[in-house]
Amino acid sequence: MKELICIVCPKGCHLKVDDNLNVTGNGCNRGITYAKDELTNPTRMVTSTVKVNGGKLSRVPVVTSKPVPKNKIMDVMEEINKVQVNAPIYIKDIIISNVLGLGVDIVATRSVL
Amino acid sequence: MFDITIIGAGVVGSMIARTLSKYKLNILVLEKENDVGNGASSANSAIIHSGYDPEPGSLKARLNVRGNYLFDKVAEELDVEFMRIGSITLANNQEEVEILESLVERAALNGVCVKVLNHDELKTIEPSITDKVIKGLLAPTCGIINPFELVVAAMENAIDNGVKLHLCEEVTSIVKQESGFIVNTNKNSYETKYVINCAGVYSDKINEMVNKKSFTIKPRRGEYFVLDHFDNNYVRHVLFNVPSSKGKGVLVSPTTHYNYLVGPSSEYIDDKEDVSTDKETLDNVKQKAYSLVDNLRLDKQIRIFSGIRAVSDTGDFVIEEVIPYFINVAGIQSPGLASSPAIAEMVEEMIKGKELKEDYNPYRKPLPRLNKKTIEEKIALCKTNPLYGNIICRCEKISEGEIVDAIRRNCGATTVKGVKKRVRPGFGKCQGGFCEASVMKILARELGCDIKQIVYGKENAYILKEGTKGE
Amino acid sequence: MKTYDLVVIGGGSGGLSAAISAYDEGVKNILVLEKEAYLGGILLQCIHNGFGLHTFKEELTGPEYADRFVKELIEREIEYKVNTFVTEIKKNDEDFTVIYSNQEEGFVLINAKTIITATGCSERTRGEISMQGDRPSGVMTAGMAQKYLNLEGYLVGKNVFILGSGDIGLIMARRMVLEGANVLGVAELMPYSNGLNRNIVQCLEDFNIPLYLSHTVKRVIGKDRLESVIIQQVDENLNFIEGTEIIFNCDTLLLSVGLIPNNPLLTSLGVLMHPKTKGPLVDEYLMTNVKGIFACGNSLHVHDLVDFVTNEGAICGKSAAKYLKGNLNTNNIININNGKGISYVLPKTMYLNNDTTFKLNFRVNKPYKDVELIIKQNDKIIKKLKKAYLIPAEMESVIILKKDVTSLDDIIVEVIE
Repeated sequence: MKELICIVCPKGCHLKVDDNLNVTGNGCNRGITYAKDELTNPTRMVTSTVKVNGGKLSRVPVVTSKPVPKNKIMDVMEEINKVQVNAPIYIKDIIISNVLGLGVDIVATRSVL
Repeated sequence: MFDITIIGAGVVGSMIARTLSKYKLNILVLEKENDVGNGASSANSAIIHSGYDPEPGSLKARLNVRGNYLFDKVAEELDVEFMRIGSITLANNQEEVEILESLVERAALNGVCVKVLNHDELKTIEPSITDKVIKGLLAPTCGIINPFELVVAAMENAIDNGVKLHLCEEVTSIVKQESGFIVNTNKNSYETKYVINCAGVYSDKINEMVNKKSFTIKPRRGEYFVLDHFDNNYVRHVLFNVPSSKGKGVLVSPTTHYNYLVGPSSEYIDDKEDVSTDKETLDNVKQKAYSLVDNLRLDKQIRIFSGIRAVSDTGDFVIEEVIPYFINVAGIQSPGLASSPAIAEMVEEMIKGKELKEDYNPYRKPLPRLNKKTIEEKIALCKTNPLYGNIICRCEKISEGEIVDAIRRNCGATTVKGVKKRVRPGFGKCQGGFCEASVMKILARELGCDIKQIVYGKENAYILKEGTKGE
Repeated sequence: MKTYDLVVIGGGSGGLSAAISAYDEGVKNILVLEKEAYLGGILLQCIHNGFGLHTFKEELTGPEYADRFVKELIEREIEYKVNTFVTEIKKNDEDFTVIYSNQEEGFVLINAKTIITATGCSERTRGEISMQGDRPSGVMTAGMAQKYLNLEGYLVGKNVFILGSGDIGLIMARRMVLEGANVLGVAELMPYSNGLNRNIVQCLEDFNIPLYLSHTVKRVIGKDRLESVIIQQVDENLNFIEGTEIIFNCDTLLLSVGLIPNNPLLTSLGVLMHPKTKGPLVDEYLMTNVKGIFACGNSLHVHDLVDFVTNEGAICGKSAAKYLKGNLNTNNIININNGKGISYVLPKTMYLNNDTTFKLNFRVNKPYKDVELIIKQNDKIIKKLKKAYLIPAEMESVIILKKDVTSLDDIIVEVIE
């Protein structure tokens, strides 16, 4: 039996997972998926900023389009740190597509004009 | 060759520089810090004492009383916030009442007008006092001042009148010549006829660069609480404890912006720069303050700080031309702020062979002071400069126009603390949380430097370590 | 002088939601005043994800969440001004005068029939918590460091210690690590964290950052820039335990030691403040004791989730609309008080009228496990809820049917262990 705190949403349900990956204590079905993934292949969303040239702001905030494997977080950060973009950038613009071949895009979360 | 070299740009050095700037003298002020008034002058009780308390016949007594008298004029000429709100020294038991009565005699000897009031009389003029109070000594001439502004204003006016200020220059040695001195700093070397030593806690060291040891400065620290402004009538006078067998006591006082100061403690320390605070000491301050007011509003606390006073082992101010052309102005602890214009007068008299300038202007260009203006005046002011419409500091309602002015003036601000001392952004409840980034941007823009180079106060007190993304 | 039916002060999540909902309820003559250069408020610097699950059933970052409301505001052509600061509100016989200023217009006076204040909160500072020792640079609130990092692109330091396990502190621990700093630890005065559980997991545990519960900073060392901090354990009475000091060499100490509603405009109007929340006392319509002045968001009380702020803004907007139509029935007043185990309840009062429901928000005073929440009048239970977990960091909300409230006696909320 393993106890986990669900991080899918801010509610933070206290999950219990038995050896056969049966989950209890979840508030919704996403908790079950989370618990199973967390014990087999943990993933996380990454948020950061990317340098913008010629805009009203010098950084644009970005997010991964999907969670990335937990052990790839710092590698993804390195890619994010390397890239520079030119204004204008619009919210939802893809800044890096398929980062590190993970099938995940780095997406702008704000417009910088 | 300078006629006068003043070492130290605290309130004493700055006031002397300003006073001497009315003469045809080539004056240099050397300051080791990156701004004026960063020592004792910016961390004290901000009181212009009436002068009833110092030992009759001492320099302290004479210069305090004279200085207090001069302050209306000084504040007017320099456009410095100054309010004669009066002080009340409160006696809560028989021992203190006896001491209080002895203070009346002392006040008479010092030529200061005071009045003893009973509990009920006190309660009418100062409702905040605790019910334990038996009697109080009212000194109506006591005032409060904005000490940051005073030093900056004096130096600004001095520079307007031709004085040169060199910041970040620490005096490393002084060599006596046949006529005059050579003053060496970490950066330069200057020939000067007079040296005026106003180096605060370091004035004993400066003196000993040329002269025999004749006094020692013992740094004494005072720790304070600062309360936010919440009610302009919370405490209306400077409230003092009676100095008794239990010690010197503390004060509770409004500031010129209706913040309230509670303190100071009084501890002798070894390190001349140690302005740390300590919980036990502050708890003790708190206890003493309860003998002044019952309703000590520490729920309004926004800051704690401490300052160092340069106390001389001689027990009095040391103001002397110790050898020809070398003047010590040392040991200027409380009531130094109050005495500063009179100290400057005294030093003025010591300078030989001086000749008045025709174009000396004792007036400093007034500050915009948006908060003191009516709405019509504010509207008019914004037409002259739209930056007065851009409010940067939410807590104290300070505009970009005022900040830019504080940077561009003579003796202008170059640090976040420098801006704060001059026009107050960061003095409020959020302590700069909301406005510091904006103040830094304005500083970087006005000074033409990278924002990473902007420091909080001292030279190594950087705020931003590095840019992200390898910048 | 221009007259507006509604002036909303603050263009963050609360203010945007309030303006939009007031508009949708028929108030068209609205002005939103925002101090910063962009609408969106503090969300713009909260670039992490986790926002909007309740409102949009999906997880957004702060800027994305803000963007949705900004678009809604613009679609409705609601008037707004950015870089505009309100310096004063004055009460007139019938309405209010609002004085604002900005660089383009200077100081401007306008009339407002109603006002919604959504001015956010401020972070407690080192001065407020009497942090002892030196006062070097490098000691700052977590939100300040967040602003520098996420909006301006600067790292405030490389070796970081964090005091307080509030959410901003936890989020900043992760952000600083991702951007290249070392985070040496987080100290929390209480024996439990004040942040959301998921932030403990994904901001600290993921990066092996130790959390020191029942610890606080004893002393700050460094004359110019911060050089080190000494932390020490505290006992159940929050007194230091001798011999438990740990010294951390660091250039930065971030403070996440509490948020205080920011209401500088209200006290001079005679608005009464709640001693616990430090925001205004409001009724169920989120109206203050000064009729026509409403409050929502973090300037009313500090929220854990922006979704709740959005809801509260919507209630506020609706209430202001009702007030403007003269439909706000404030007869038959009932006080609402916190009972055992509850640190505060909001609103302070409700009215027995024809409305169907009202919402109670409250926080518990310490963590509880397997307890009952009771809402009652005298001995009559209005609502009873079983709760597996209750923690101070998470605000609880309960919708009450007004038909269940039958007398004018005080309503009490309490925890039964």
